[in-house]
Amino acid sequence: MALQSLDIKARSATTTPSPSVRETMEVAKLIDISKCIGCKACQVACMEWNDLRDEVGNNVGVYDNPADLTAKSWTVMRYAEVEVEQNKLEWLIRKDGCMHCADPGCLKACPSPGAIVQYSNGIVDFHQENCIGCGYCITGCPFNVPRISKQDSKAYKCTLCSDRIAVGLEPACVKTCPTGAIVFGAKGDMIHHAEGRVTDLKSRGYTNAGLYDPQGVGGTHVMYVLQHADQPSLYSGLPKDPSISAMVGLWKGVAKPLLSLGIGLTVLAGFFHYIKAGPNEVEEETEK
Amino acid sequence: MASLAPTFGRGAMTNHWVDIKNADLILIMGGNAAEAHPCGFKWVTEAKAHRNAKLIVVDPRFTRSAAVSDYYAPIRAGTDIAFLGGVINYLLSNDKIHHEYVKNYTDFSFLVKDEFKFENGIFSGYDAEKRKYDKATWGYQMGKDGFVVTDPTLKNPRCVYQMMKAHYGRYTPDVVSNICGTPKDDFLKVCEMIAETSKSDKTMTIMYALGWTQHSQGSQMIRTGAMVQLLLGNIGVAGGGMNALRGHSNIQGLTDLGLLSNLLPGYMTLPGDAEQDYKTYIEKRAFKPLRPGQMSYWQNYGKFFVSNMKAWFGDAATAKNNWSYDWLPKLDKGYDLLQVFENMNQGKVNGYLCQGFNPLASAPCKIKVSGSLSKLKYLVIIDPLATETSEFWQNHGEYNDVDPSKIQTEVFRLPSTCFAEEDGSLVSSSRVLQWHWKATEPPGEAKGDPEIMAGIFLKLKEMYKKDGGAFPDPILNLTWKHRQPESPSAEELAKEFSGKALKDVTDPKDKSKVLVKGGEQLNGFAELRDDGSTSCGCWIFSGSWSEKGNLMARRDNSDPFGIGQTLNWAFAWPANRRVLYNRASCDLSGKPYDSKRKLIGWDAAAGKWTGSDIPDIKADSAPVEGINPFIMNPEGVARFFAVDKMAEGPFPEHYEPMESPLANNPMHPDNPKARANPAARVFKGDWETFGNAEKFPYVGTTYRLTEHFHYWTKHVKLNAIMQPEQFVEIGEELAKEKGIKAGDHVRVKSMRGFIIAVAVVTKRLRSLNVTGKKVHTIGIPIHWGFMGVAKNGYITNTLTPFVGDANTQTPEFKAFLVDIEKV
Repeated sequence: MALQSLDIKARSATTTPSPSVRETMEVAKLIDISKCIGCKACQVACMEWNDLRDEVGNNVGVYDNPADLTAKSWTVMRYAEVEVEQNKLEWLIRKDGCMHCADPGCLKACPSPGAIVQYSNGIVDFHQENCIGCGYCITGCPFNVPRISKQDSKAYKCTLCSDRIAVGLEPACVKTCPTGAIVFGAKGDMIHHAEGRVTDLKSRGYTNAGLYDPQGVGGTHVMYVLQHADQPSLYSGLPKDPSISAMVGLWKGVAKPLLSLGIGLTVLAGFFHYIKAGPNEVEEETEK
Repeated sequence: MASLAPTFGRGAMTNHWVDIKNADLILIMGGNAAEAHPCGFKWVTEAKAHRNAKLIVVDPRFTRSAAVSDYYAPIRAGTDIAFLGGVINYLLSNDKIHHEYVKNYTDFSFLVKDEFKFENGIFSGYDAEKRKYDKATWGYQMGKDGFVVTDPTLKNPRCVYQMMKAHYGRYTPDVVSNICGTPKDDFLKVCEMIAETSKSDKTMTIMYALGWTQHSQGSQMIRTGAMVQLLLGNIGVAGGGMNALRGHSNIQGLTDLGLLSNLLPGYMTLPGDAEQDYKTYIEKRAFKPLRPGQMSYWQNYGKFFVSNMKAWFGDAATAKNNWSYDWLPKLDKGYDLLQVFENMNQGKVNGYLCQGFNPLASAPCKIKVSGSLSKLKYLVIIDPLATETSEFWQNHGEYNDVDPSKIQTEVFRLPSTCFAEEDGSLVSSSRVLQWHWKATEPPGEAKGDPEIMAGIFLKLKEMYKKDGGAFPDPILNLTWKHRQPESPSAEELAKEFSGKALKDVTDPKDKSKVLVKGGEQLNGFAELRDDGSTSCGCWIFSGSWSEKGNLMARRDNSDPFGIGQTLNWAFAWPANRRVLYNRASCDLSGKPYDSKRKLIGWDAAAGKWTGSDIPDIKADSAPVEGINPFIMNPEGVARFFAVDKMAEGPFPEHYEPMESPLANNPMHPDNPKARANPAARVFKGDWETFGNAEKFPYVGTTYRLTEHFHYWTKHVKLNAIMQPEQFVEIGEELAKEKGIKAGDHVRVKSMRGFIIAVAVVTKRLRSLNVTGKKVHTIGIPIHWGFMGVAKNGYITNTLTPFVGDANTQTPEFKAFLVDIEKV
């Protein structure tokens, strides 16, 4: 849905200039994995706020349920048992979902005008009414987040509760988190908060603690505090240096301009042909 | 309850949820707060964030609490006394105790009777046949002045300190590691961290729950933890305490109101068969001080009791009829859950009213419970949901394979309301009575519990009136002065619990001074009288609804001292005190040990105790008067030596679970009587249902998951989505041995039956080295059954043994024997 109180900064497959009069605060959600107890209250809050009810599934031999993101589960907890130091087990529980990249691969890849937008506060949102279900956003996403619904063939993912934020509320998951592992605010404030957490973790022996705000996608509006920021892959495969797929890069960076150029050149060629050769006149003799 | 009261005087969580943020060290053992109490767990994260607190988790499983801990140590299920006994030994032998505290505020110097003995794992007075102790020798040496003899030098070998030192000296780190399977280094690291808090300005809080209570020696596990805390001086202080986390939002209220079969409201006790005489009944409970000048607050028992009887029987309770004492049942024995089902199984019970309870799922040994219910003539279920118990007679395939044609029990379902559909108060773990308001109307024909009970009562009364009966008096004389007799309001009931003056109540020191006028609500239990002039349905709740109004409904969260003492938020029993025994947070002169976390202190100028809390001592009693902090104990101090208050001995001793992977108790390998708890009650016929390690080599332990609440939330789609299907957890090593992969279906069986579930294979369940052999643990969540919207599953309590703690009879759900195979 287009929300009047949030300006759209970027819109898929559109060249209309964006509004730029209002001064919007750039926001971010910070997920502190060292404080997460994996209670899944955020998953429940997400379903409740967004009127989603996923299937009652199966246990597949792990605590993760639903086992993966779906069109109806926009966030899931991923549980990883790791031994970074020998004989020192850690259970790293990561809340997975859309990272709301500053440079969103999904939006870049999307061919349908206005199906994916980025608000001026940084939130990347899908407008399903414009979605054609092509799945390019999945290719475009470096975090494997969007899912196409079998029910309506449209792509879904976390909205960062853009509807709540537009009216001054925090995301539902933030509101419900019992330990304060998820916090929300201005991106600058969140980075500052994370610095305090990293200092604390370092004092507790996590020498490689750090903030996950990957620059390969221009930084994200969902960030993590990691105990082992040097090894994000420990956290159920969080990519170390995510970047937009080369395919999308090719499409947007080289291929699309080239293609546009190609189309332009064809038009130009026709024009010059006309100038040079004149209108395509039918010769009298042929008519006969 | 059964362990804290014998130690400190009151059977309740000493501190409160918010206070956990004041701790320097948090020990989670015998519980899993992050999963079972995720909202309360926020105070642990507050302590970590603002006090740089450390969190230790000791558990057989690496839990979600362990996931955010600073240190985790594994332990074999059911061996916590050995572990904590080892901690006591460490603290004593490394001199890491709070000397001033233990000397002044505990029974360290008290002398124990010479006849008291402990030999080869058994205390003096044991009757092996009855599995019971004669506790005559479990007491103090009494002086001619009627007080306990003490030795302040602590040199007398019969003083509690010396005896305790000898008792726990046997629990060396090697012995602990051998029994518990905890690697020695891990154990010593935990000891070191705990020992740090013996300093006056450092505190540890212990958070525990059913992981301690659900053992055949559960009460003694809790007591051992309480003893550790006493040695460190961590009781009565902010950020300290023994914090018993309650699982149901109102389970604290249940025991407070005396809903256990042997209790009256406010932890008064029902008389036994031998106590037909009213005077003896009161005298036996109105303890006289055992040391000079102590408060021994139970001396007021008569006032609590008479006021209670006035609340129940009104004008019919008079001095002449001993306040209707004869109308109270006199117990021949306890009628706990296990005893009642045993009686039912023997065909001695006709009808069973089952209110807000699902015993087919919640009680141990499903086959026995199901068989018992089948022998009833009628069963009444008062519950908002269709439970496994209400449908126990239906065949649900493999999950409840019964033949309905063979079950003649008539089942009545009376749909009741959920908490959000009614007004009333809930008592939290923090002893806070918090009022809540109805959010929505109940669906369909559902009625509130008071309305249902009133309906049954009024019908019974009518029948007794019309037809007479064997013993109509208590029914006919019960007061029932409700504006709507068929539906007593929550407000009326709350006022009755809080109590009122029936006549003017005057100051005993100055009879002309009226404290509270006849007809008015009381200000607190200090105004209770034993002459029939006051009425109070639960003395510890007294003052929660005074003439000032409903104090439980207060919502002022101002925190003037900044340590979470919000005295104007709702109402905490007793007397709105937030931290029990808070006098112990000060030295003898009344100065707080830690001024930054001051609860109370003696204000000489004002002539009273002042601070952030309501003093847990006579408010104007100067320190020189020498009233000690544990005012409910006749000793005035806390007990390391529990005298005759515990079933299996004054000092906790390690015994194996009733079903153990070991053939004998490593502490007493030659004494089979001391293998498991010698005082645990086992019914005839149940011995045969216990398995041994040859057939069932693995330790089974049951527990809750954060995604579900007991057997309720499998009826809720959102919860069912979060954790849809029954599973068990096994370690990687055992999985490899048995050829089990994550996601496989496995059969877990005990001597009593089997369940089939999905296998979760995990690093979080380690095999432990116990007495030189490898012990594997299988984790078995509860929560599933054959009703609701989650995937149907087996009732986990199919597996568990029909035996409980020797004091409370709480079933041993946490340690038993199983076998496992791939299906």
